[in-house]
Amino acid sequence: MIYDVIIIGGGVTGCCIARTLSKFDLKIALLEKEADIASGTSKANSGVVHAGFASPREYLKRDMCIRGNKLYNQAVEELNFSFQRIGSFVVALEDGQIKKLEEQRREGTQDGVPGLEVILDKEKIKYMEPNITDEVVGVLHAPTAGIVSPYGMTIALADNAAMNGVKFFRNQKVSKIIHQNYTFTVKTKNKEFKASNVINAAGLYGSKISKMVGLDYFTITPRKGEYILFDRNAMHLNKILFPTPTKISKGILVCPTVSGNTFVGPNAQNITDKKDTSTTEAGLKEILEGGKKLVPNLPVRASIRNFAGLRAVSDNYDFIIDNTDVYGFINVVGILSPGLTSCYAIAERVVEFLELLGVNTKVKDDYNPIRPKPENFKDFTKKELDIKIKEDPTWGRIICRCETIPEKEILNAIHSPVGATTLDGIKFRCRPGMGRCQGGFCRPRLIEILSRELNIPYEEVTKMGEDTNYLIARTKDFRLNTIKGGAEE
Amino acid sequence: MSESSASVVKVIRCIVCPTGCQIQAISKGSDIVFEGYTCKRGLEYAEQEYYEPKRILTTTIRVENGFLPLLPVRTDKPILKEKLDEALSEIAKTVVSAPIVMGDILIENILGLESNVIASRNLTQK
Amino acid sequence: MKKYKADVVVIGAGAGGLAAALEVKKAKLDVLIVERAKELGGITLQCIHNGFGLKEFEEELTGPEYIQRFINQVIDLKIPYLLDSMVIEITKEKKVYAVNNNEGLIEVEAKAVVLAMGCRERTRGAINIPGFRPAGIFTAGQAQRFVNIEGYLPGSTYVILGSGDIGMIMARRLTWEGCKVKAVVEILPYVSGLLRNQVQCLEDYDIPLITNYTVTKIHGKERIKGVTISKVDRNFDRIIGSDKFIECDTLLLSVGLIPENELTLQAGAELSDNGGPIIDENLETTIEGIFACGNVLQVHDLVDMVTNEAKRAGLNAVEYINGRYGKELKKKDIIKCIPGENVNYIKPDIINKRDLSEEIIFTFRVRYPDRRVQIQFKDENNNVIYKKKKIYVIPSEMIELNLNLEETKIDPTCKSITVEVIPRPEVLIEEE
Repeated sequence: MIYDVIIIGGGVTGCCIARTLSKFDLKIALLEKEADIASGTSKANSGVVHAGFASPREYLKRDMCIRGNKLYNQAVEELNFSFQRIGSFVVALEDGQIKKLEEQRREGTQDGVPGLEVILDKEKIKYMEPNITDEVVGVLHAPTAGIVSPYGMTIALADNAAMNGVKFFRNQKVSKIIHQNYTFTVKTKNKEFKASNVINAAGLYGSKISKMVGLDYFTITPRKGEYILFDRNAMHLNKILFPTPTKISKGILVCPTVSGNTFVGPNAQNITDKKDTSTTEAGLKEILEGGKKLVPNLPVRASIRNFAGLRAVSDNYDFIIDNTDVYGFINVVGILSPGLTSCYAIAERVVEFLELLGVNTKVKDDYNPIRPKPENFKDFTKKELDIKIKEDPTWGRIICRCETIPEKEILNAIHSPVGATTLDGIKFRCRPGMGRCQGGFCRPRLIEILSRELNIPYEEVTKMGEDTNYLIARTKDFRLNTIKGGAEE
Repeated sequence: MSESSASVVKVIRCIVCPTGCQIQAISKGSDIVFEGYTCKRGLEYAEQEYYEPKRILTTTIRVENGFLPLLPVRTDKPILKEKLDEALSEIAKTVVSAPIVMGDILIENILGLESNVIASRNLTQK
Repeated sequence: MKKYKADVVVIGAGAGGLAAALEVKKAKLDVLIVERAKELGGITLQCIHNGFGLKEFEEELTGPEYIQRFINQVIDLKIPYLLDSMVIEITKEKKVYAVNNNEGLIEVEAKAVVLAMGCRERTRGAINIPGFRPAGIFTAGQAQRFVNIEGYLPGSTYVILGSGDIGMIMARRLTWEGCKVKAVVEILPYVSGLLRNQVQCLEDYDIPLITNYTVTKIHGKERIKGVTISKVDRNFDRIIGSDKFIECDTLLLSVGLIPENELTLQAGAELSDNGGPIIDENLETTIEGIFACGNVLQVHDLVDMVTNEAKRAGLNAVEYINGRYGKELKKKDIIKCIPGENVNYIKPDIINKRDLSEEIIFTFRVRYPDRRVQIQFKDENNNVIYKKKKIYVIPSEMIELNLNLEETKIDPTCKSITVEVIPRPEVLIEEE
């Protein structure tokens, strides 16, 4: 079988392209090297949907961001992921920075960013965001900025794509691409896929994939950003808070999440190891200090997790979205911030490229753009709950007590179109293990359920794929196997 | 026999109460004397620990056809500390069948140590 | 919706819940136990080591043996219970809502509620450690469940962070199952658990106990490959240059327990700083007719103490229903109990003056170990109303005092008493 399109990479970019293309009558496959989608940059980023005024005007990513932001409304309506347009502040702490805010406002407004306003009335600023520092002298308010769960949206995109016929293949690290007779043969460790067109959305590994077809015109450098997440209810922020930007980065922000937490981060550190998502003492200190400049009373004691994500930075700091010289091979790489905002606009552009390549983009009759909102125990009234449990008793077996998640929601996460196969996969789909106990009570139950549903032994249940197994052996077998001769020793 | 031949052969930390006295077993010629204890129970403990340290062994045993795969068990009398490892391997090799009632003898006179391995709880069948 | 009625509903069928339910039943009132697990017994079932029952039964039992005795009584007395049933809401009107998979939504209408939900393990210890987030990090109790109940081992070589009792007991347990425990690492200068466990679980097996150290980095991207431990100063900050690497495939955390009070809070009861509900001398929370006992109230050292407290909660629930406390006397005139120097928390949090003539059981913990101390109770005018000498105090040992305040020099008009554990005056003089 020859696919019309193979997408390499199951991050937000790859999944958004997959979902966008799934409306056409095409045979599509998506290959992801990890055990789950949204396992790289899409799992660990700020989750901010930017208004679009921040990138320099000559950059492609500015256009993509402004357009992408506008496309969110329809996406939320169709895909039912959590998104809140809460607005952002760029915070000026000295008078000299106001000029920068004014410039951003003027240029942003000219380029179509709605509602930008520089606010200098400190009382008004404090009213809009009571947690902001007293040192504030002015802010640029962007009402169209919002927050989203980056992995939640990626999962929604993937599920809807799969509903519409896209085939998802996980644990498929691409090792070789052969291009012959207008057909690409994409090889992985244990499979081979053929396609007329290939879209490279491989994130940090974008240059590696591109080189496989002889295209060596850019590099991708990992840039690490560390974060600290605070407990729900520890602080309630109304706005996304950015410092006034410097040339290098948007700086360390303080921001709420759609789940009601607050986080601070990221810093920006160019590294060489594309797997180095470790946090560091110095980095965590840096982001706390940075965050405190905007919000002096950060709830430091209520931190519940720290983590780091890697952004894929191309040599020109911009997105690289190219219909390349290799006919049928499209590069979508260097997608760092505001990539999450831009993904819908990026997908539009990919459609244009495919049309140029002669791919038929007629919308199929049975295309269903709706990914239903996952049913949630917490949303039911008592009466509804009673009916639900009678219909399906797994609604009545609570697995995660911190977040009140019944077995049914976990089964739904496992049996959704692109279902969870790992504990992290379940956690990112329906939250068990994200609460205060961080999995203390539910983990044994989750391992039991995954083992049963996937028909694998307990020892083969993993946190996030290969080599991340939780349990090593049955209790007595281990002793008998390791202590040779047992008693005689 | 001079005083200088006395030497500390073992230091025993008393666990009878939270004070945690350091009791020394001192060799004086052919005798062992204990110093550092502050109560009679401490002396008894030190003597036992010096001459014949024993422990209650508490572990699990595999169950066939049980409500749970493992059953908690213990020895009904303390057994020699040096024999714990051997006893653990013996228990690891054994599989018992449900139903089981607390106190049931599962391994009689384990390793000839005059102690039985008994069930710590009831366990119904699957 | 399935409806039940009972005089008293007990939430949780662990050591606390069972003992409380038995007292209610013995007083000839109707009681219903609601338990989220698939069998009665609670966490004590997974504590398969011995050391239980010395106070309650005057013999040394394992956890399962201890709790089996209560389970047997519950069954003999035909006390009704619901298993696999998760309470999702408790109201001020003492209605309890739960779900289970064969009855759906359940409503229990009761006259009194006993909260006995126990505690959960603190995870904070790992969360702020920089490094990777690989597989292989477990809390000690979670590992205990896997090894003893589910029958699976989390790893083969371990570092245990925290020298609490569960951590030390797991060190021995894992050694017995053929695993290697490389070290027990404790940030404090002293062991947090009981001495007996230090000797019999660590020293017996030459497992190093490394105090004044903590884990400062987790290595390994997929599964843990090791941890870096570092010495800490008085402020628990890492001392530069003190790092040591320990290879291991599993990190166990035994960094404390926290009362589990989400339901209590949501019912509208107030909590105190120890994480448990605010209670009076009768173990009654700030909501009339809702009582708390066991680890949901305060983390205990021994299950025997939980049993004891739970019996009181059960009896007090009975007395409440039988109308012993006149409503007009209800919590109008109270004395607050405040933790003072070297006291971490104190229970009860408040005392009703109507009960001053009765013996009150105070329980509290110190913040740090000390020798030759004086425990003293002061009123708000610094009048010492009670004092007692103690040779040795340590945070891991809860202190219990039974006091009839009327027999002390208490001023009946006082509004608060502060409890302190201070060096004895004569010791200070000696040292000068």
